[in-house]
Amino acid sequence: MGTPLDVIPKNAPLTAGFPDPIHDAQACFRAVMNALARPGSHQNVTSVGLEPPKPLTPAAAAIALTLLDYDTPVWLDRPLMASEAVKAFLRFHTGAPIVTEPIEAAFALVSDPAHLIPLASFNQGSAEYPDLSTTVVLTGQNFNNALSVKLTGPGIKDTARLAAGPIPPIFWEQVISNNKQFPRGIDLIFAGETEIVALPRSTRITISEA
Amino acid sequence: MNDTAAIFDQGEYNFAYLDEQTKRMIRRAILKGIAIPGYQVPFASREMPMPYGWGTGGVQVTASILGKDDCLKMIDQGSDDTTNAVSLRGFFEKTAGVRTTYETAEASVIQTRHRIPEKNLREDQILVFQVPIPEPLRFLEPRETETRKMHALEDYGLMHVKLYEDIAKNGHIATTYAYPVKVNDRYVMDPSPTPKFDNPKIDQMAALQLYGAGREKRIYAIPPYTKVKSLDFEDYPFEIQKFDKPCGLCGAEDVYLDEVILDDKGGRMFVCSDSDFCEERRAEGHLGPMAADPAAAHIGGIQPEETAR
Amino acid sequence: MYVAVKGGEKAISNAHKLLAKRRRGDTSVPSLTLDQIAQQLAHSVARVMGEGSLYDETLTALAIKQSRGDLIEAAFLIRAYRTTLPRFGYSQPIDTAQMLVERRISATYKDLPGGQVLGPTFDYSHRLLDFALAAEDDGVELPVETAPTLNDAMPRVTDLLGDEGLMEPDPDTVEDAPVGDLTREPLSFPADRDLRLQNLARGDEGFLLALAYSTQRGYGRTHPFAGEIRYGEVEVEFFAEELGFAVTLGTIKVTECQMINQFKGSAKAAPTFTRGYGLVFGQVERKAMSMAMVDRSMRVHELGEEQTAPAQDIEFVLSHSDNIQATGFVEHLKLPHYVDFQAELDLVRRMRAEWFEKRDQENNGEAAQEAAE
Repeated sequence: MGTPLDVIPKNAPLTAGFPDPIHDAQACFRAVMNALARPGSHQNVTSVGLEPPKPLTPAAAAIALTLLDYDTPVWLDRPLMASEAVKAFLRFHTGAPIVTEPIEAAFALVSDPAHLIPLASFNQGSAEYPDLSTTVVLTGQNFNNALSVKLTGPGIKDTARLAAGPIPPIFWEQVISNNKQFPRGIDLIFAGETEIVALPRSTRITISEA
Repeated sequence: MNDTAAIFDQGEYNFAYLDEQTKRMIRRAILKGIAIPGYQVPFASREMPMPYGWGTGGVQVTASILGKDDCLKMIDQGSDDTTNAVSLRGFFEKTAGVRTTYETAEASVIQTRHRIPEKNLREDQILVFQVPIPEPLRFLEPRETETRKMHALEDYGLMHVKLYEDIAKNGHIATTYAYPVKVNDRYVMDPSPTPKFDNPKIDQMAALQLYGAGREKRIYAIPPYTKVKSLDFEDYPFEIQKFDKPCGLCGAEDVYLDEVILDDKGGRMFVCSDSDFCEERRAEGHLGPMAADPAAAHIGGIQPEETAR
Repeated sequence: MYVAVKGGEKAISNAHKLLAKRRRGDTSVPSLTLDQIAQQLAHSVARVMGEGSLYDETLTALAIKQSRGDLIEAAFLIRAYRTTLPRFGYSQPIDTAQMLVERRISATYKDLPGGQVLGPTFDYSHRLLDFALAAEDDGVELPVETAPTLNDAMPRVTDLLGDEGLMEPDPDTVEDAPVGDLTREPLSFPADRDLRLQNLARGDEGFLLALAYSTQRGYGRTHPFAGEIRYGEVEVEFFAEELGFAVTLGTIKVTECQMINQFKGSAKAAPTFTRGYGLVFGQVERKAMSMAMVDRSMRVHELGEEQTAPAQDIEFVLSHSDNIQATGFVEHLKLPHYVDFQAELDLVRRMRAEWFEKRDQENNGEAAQEAAE
């Protein structure tokens, strides 16, 4: 009948996780930690030959395998959610429950950042427990976008710059609002092919000409 | 008693002891801590094979960040050779097989209790603190439900009243260690029981600081280059301890000194609390006023023999 | 000097060797076997299994041997071991109504279905040292008359009262509702009853005993009656997803205590009897009873009662019940603290100097005034 079911066999073999789960996860964690500790800095994520089903990128897969498990509900954007192979990959390797409500998510994986839903849709944490907020991972990023923003705040000596893209319209205004409600707010990870950059909620953004 | 049998090679325990699920949980808490500087993130602290209160928080943080290429330095009271530092360093040698060092400059991860090394730390280093009571407001308000509200509302009046009462009673603030700080103009934080002498080092430090409290199940962090201000009043500015003499062994000034009692007739000397800093200076040829004193030989680490009895 | 500038490692190693030697004691005396400990020190083993929160008699016997009979140290060894074990899932709730009962007493009824079964108990024994034990022969069978243990005809006392509506019903249970686990999630307040009971089950027997005692002396009185104490074997079942049904993993021995407490009623609820619940591994009745009393005390808010006493203070009780945490923090004062002590020395010296200076000034002032007069 030529349905998509024929194209994606039901029992498509799962691609492998980290070849060395302990030390690969540790290395990836340190990259994420350094990225959050030094907002705007570029950190290398060696995704050590991960070949996740598209549109999940190897860098995003590495982050998921490093940080996700049974205790972390994960939200997927539409293209990721549409892929049974992606969901099977994440379920098998992390066990994380996949949720449809962004407010329930500890992590959000975004494969089409140009169409990202508003940051305010995610869990912002509470005043008493601001740590309960969502960490949003934008994938497929490059860091030479025409628009760059100036970063200041914890982790940044003087100032830093970030020129990440693709991003949705009025994105930086949302990030500014996110910072203004500190200590509540989401944290952002921008994942390129092999590099990641992070913006914790504590980073102050100035939109200016580069 | 688990003596230096190489548990790491036996494969009985995971790398750095903790299982991967526990590490992931702690790693997530560390990331939140970094994103919210000075905020205490609750985490499901595990029972460790050393008692609560003996560094279980710091050990869990270190075990979660440590990689096989790291080089670990373990200090307690500024020294690599205090009993618990020896014990905890041995734990990681056994369970992770990582390289360890006494030299501050060589270490990529430094776990400490009660001191910050005298030498400036670098961007590529991580300082892990062992924390007994993470809540700076705990001795003013014992209830977690209440202190959590105060942090949420940024209501630190109680702390200022306490410090002010000190001044009214004593003419100065009578807190000498675990001196409260405000991080990034938002959270009041306990820098762990380091002497307030070390507080200025926390401000704008190049290295990442991670704080682990195992028994109280909290992790918090200060990212590099973060503003950390010791609480004070305009007319009573924060000030640190000053020693009126240099280190007896290496002659260093402007460092934290330990008072060592030499005899029962009032004989005493002051030496660097940071033993690596002191040794390095002596190796460079710096000599303190008591370096030649026979009594100093024992203090300076020339006699290695110590027994249990 | 215990802070060796060099050689701390050797000192620690020597201390451990000495400890091993002292633990063994006189080598002309036979070494204890784990069976001896598990069989003959059953109460110690049960206490350590409960506070160590791992049901394993042999490992616990080993921990007691290794700790030289220090039961808190033994529970600590068990906890540290337990935390490294892989976790396959949660067992089904045990059903104490299906217990193979070895002992079952009720203080609230003279007789009841299934009867009073004294079982092995110190109750009513005269606490006279039995010198015959000092010279006991090995392997002598002691003749004992026991009735066969019954389980089908021994309903729980609280179920009997429940039939009349006099007893609050068991809390509604929702199938598959998550049960809190404080070994996986940090405790936050206010803590629900599932977490409170878990905390108490792992809590220190002495701490709970003292708190329960305090409620009897008026610090948050709850008017308890020992509705039922039962001890015996229950099956532990695990629901195997791949099989689609529950399989029996084995049996454990537990003591269950249901305290019955008066409740005057409130605007929302009619007067009725309320319950405090205690459940512990092995035969540890003192702990099960204390647990039940403290559980009931901590229900003040739920029942609209006034909180006046320590045993009713959830945060106070739950934060201090764990003897592994408590002993660690109390004993950590043995660690070197000389850096902070130095800071305090400096401060006290300075404050003393200021105090004497001020006094001298005042004395001089008075003297000057006197001279002027």
